[in-house]
Amino acid sequence: MLVAVLLPFIIAIFIPFLSKWKDKVHTGFFVTIVPVLVFIYFVRFLGTGFEPVIHEYSWIPSLDINMVFHLDGLSLLFVLLISGIGSLVAFYSIFYLHKSEQLGHFYVYFLIFMGSMLGVVLSDNVFALYSFWEFTSLSSFLLIGFWNYKKESRYGALKSMLITVFGGLSLLGALIFMSILTNTTSIQGMIDQQQLILNSEFFPLILILLLLGAFTKSAQFPFHIWLPDAMEAPTPVSAYLHSATMVKAGIYLVARYSPMLSANEWFFIIVSLAGIVTLCWGSYMAVRQIDLKGILAFSTISQLGMIMAMLGFGTKVAIFGAVFHILNHATFKGSLFMIAGIVDHEAGTRDIRKLGGLMTFMPMTATLAIIASFSMAGLPLPFLNGFYSKEMFFESSLHLEAASTGFAGFLQASIPYLAVFGSIFTFVYSMYFFFGTFRGKSHLEELPKKPHEAPIGMLISPIILVAGVIIIGLFPSLINEPFIAHAAESVKGAVLEEKHIYFWHGFIPPFIMSITVVVFGSILALSRKVWAPVYRFVPGVLSMNKVYDGTVDRMERYSKNITKGYMNGSLGRYVRLILAAIIVISFAFMAITGGFTIDTSNVAEITTPEILVAIMMVIAAVGTAITNNRIAAILILGVVGYGLSMLFVLYRAPDLALTQLIVETVTVALFLLVFYHLPKLRKKEEPVSTKILNLVISVGFGVLMTMVAISSHSSKFFDSISEYFVDNSYKLGGGDNIVNVILVDFRGLDTLFEIVVLGIAAMAIFGLIRLRKNKEEE
Amino acid sequence: MTQTNDIILRTATTLIAFILLGFSIYLFFAGHNAPGGGFIGGLMTAAAIILMYMAYGIKAMEKILPINFRHMIPVGLIIATATGVGGILFNAPFLTQTFAYFQLPILGKTELATALVFDLGVYLAVVGVTMTIILTIANDRE
Repeated sequence: MLVAVLLPFIIAIFIPFLSKWKDKVHTGFFVTIVPVLVFIYFVRFLGTGFEPVIHEYSWIPSLDINMVFHLDGLSLLFVLLISGIGSLVAFYSIFYLHKSEQLGHFYVYFLIFMGSMLGVVLSDNVFALYSFWEFTSLSSFLLIGFWNYKKESRYGALKSMLITVFGGLSLLGALIFMSILTNTTSIQGMIDQQQLILNSEFFPLILILLLLGAFTKSAQFPFHIWLPDAMEAPTPVSAYLHSATMVKAGIYLVARYSPMLSANEWFFIIVSLAGIVTLCWGSYMAVRQIDLKGILAFSTISQLGMIMAMLGFGTKVAIFGAVFHILNHATFKGSLFMIAGIVDHEAGTRDIRKLGGLMTFMPMTATLAIIASFSMAGLPLPFLNGFYSKEMFFESSLHLEAASTGFAGFLQASIPYLAVFGSIFTFVYSMYFFFGTFRGKSHLEELPKKPHEAPIGMLISPIILVAGVIIIGLFPSLINEPFIAHAAESVKGAVLEEKHIYFWHGFIPPFIMSITVVVFGSILALSRKVWAPVYRFVPGVLSMNKVYDGTVDRMERYSKNITKGYMNGSLGRYVRLILAAIIVISFAFMAITGGFTIDTSNVAEITTPEILVAIMMVIAAVGTAITNNRIAAILILGVVGYGLSMLFVLYRAPDLALTQLIVETVTVALFLLVFYHLPKLRKKEEPVSTKILNLVISVGFGVLMTMVAISSHSSKFFDSISEYFVDNSYKLGGGDNIVNVILVDFRGLDTLFEIVVLGIAAMAIFGLIRLRKNKEEE
Repeated sequence: MTQTNDIILRTATTLIAFILLGFSIYLFFAGHNAPGGGFIGGLMTAAAIILMYMAYGIKAMEKILPINFRHMIPVGLIIATATGVGGILFNAPFLTQTFAYFQLPILGKTELATALVFDLGVYLAVVGVTMTIILTIANDRE
């Protein structure tokens, strides 16, 4: 299983090389193989006799952070969605993205996303889950900003990043709280000890933090605002990340923790309320959009709200409906996004006001669109899977188990009405999407391109998804027992008694609700132009976007002002500020803790060579400060460094001496290079007060470092660890050179991060200098 | 770095640079049991290359050594990380290193450690970082 999760990451490393031949072979072909393999691996687990599987691999066992992959029904559902839709989307993207695009970048991000999403839904270890979780946010950021020359792309990418990472950090908070309370990092372990968490005084905080993470990721009201802007991403990305998989990570999280959290009444209140409000608001706003993908974005928001609401209800029917709808939504919404992409590709625009009457030109696409959008509308037809889960939603909204008093009771009474209200608008936007694009008058003269049917390769993926819609619709029991039932069981935390999916239940309330939706929906859809002005009043000018823009804008302005306050471009001033801060803090700390001690009992003798070298260094240091010649200053400073390496030799530390020697050489070379940019050394320019300040600071810093050095030798709180290294470096590390064994083995992680920091620094320097150059050229 | 016409520097460089390069490779391999290692080896290689740049100038060096040093940074990081992940595949914690002794032709009994691969990553990253920084600054003449 580890290989299955790591496979996308491993292939991602080779993509830059494979994309070199993109003129001959589209990189997408290599990429498509990956999710197909993963899908084949996991599909073998399907079946009525499925049992959860756990695979463990150690990662950082000392902190109890390990790769623990726990494949239960819920994970299996998500894993198959990720790999299945991933294969189709990767295949679709071959025809969507032209070879002249930066395919290498695109597919690297794509694979990183796929691997981390697999990690999210499989990890049982909360910290591994969190790492993968943030990786999905990061890859989503990169994919939204793929066309980074567009301003809207950059705006959308930043927005999604800020909102989801904010949620990610609150999630981390909740996970830390829970792992401290239960003393385990395993999700199953936490659920087993749920009383510890439920009865803790921190429980309200945990609940809020956890749900913040889930709601931001799954675009629940009022955090939904990032999803419409995320539509700037290439359409395959929208189909994959922003409808089928990543936005469902929040739902996954709520589902995963619901065996534990649903015991609390507030879970019902918050999750159902957020879900139902999102459902209504999303579907209401969808009808207002003019961009095809905008409609789909708001529709995704509302559908996610519906799933979230069902998870909040927590009854058996609701949970069953929720997991069923996760699957159904992925099939019809995935295909609708691909259809929107095809329309964009073949007609040149996604503006629904310019589109219309495309059925004559694109009969295949239109057929797919009619099935998918009618399934989304929940039309009661026996071959549309959307209807089944929609009816389960109505049924569950009528039979809630929660308390019937107080606010929860009020909420419970109003949920069925809200559910119908939201669904009516769902119906309206589904019709709006289909009829607005494919029926009605065509305005060919307004289209940038002459529309025609898409190439067959582009149609294959939506055809497969729509076939899924129909197959699930006709034979729902095909996927019930071996698949959905397992997923529902792992959410509910208990075995469900047999649940059959029927088309016809008789004239019971849920069916009447469906009929109401169709009737009112049709009326509203036909009279859309009449009531459309209502959008001028609700939402009018108020929107969460304003809040977001205002916050970001203000933060930028304030931090700019603060930064301007101390960054005036004078390097001397920066050095003074930094050193002064170090001096004040360190001396204060030393004074408070009484940290300064001198212990001369264990001091080696000072030999003549050492004294000579030290004197040489002092002379050189003073010389650097008083010389008027820049070249001389650089070279004399070098003498200080070489003197230091000489001291290392005297103290028999050859590794340090060698390193110091080469670093010094390279530094002098570097100095000579930047020489050209350095200002001339000038005398008498600074006022006397600055000179005195400089003197005070430099003397203070020198004294401080001396005191720190003396104290660090004199006060030993622990036994030195060096004995351990001396004893074990050959035994455990297989090397005689202790310094090297420490670097590459005992403290390998430090070294790894050090070279990472070095790499980042090099890239930053490169970026800074090159960017400035490009600006000047413009 | 513009081309200099210092004949002494150039003649000396031909000799010194190769001694430096050779020594840096020795340092890199010796690292596990004697002074040296990826960090020092990398720095010394970089120093040798810088010396060559100073003597022959950028144009000539780009022909002699057509390497994009920026690419060495991610390659080094990937190698170092990969040795860490390799441990997980054998169900050992991240970054576990191991070693064994082999009888190799010519060299005789030789120790081969996975730490050497990790060190190779460090070496490449260090060369890449040093050269990137120095060449970027050196090329910056506005």
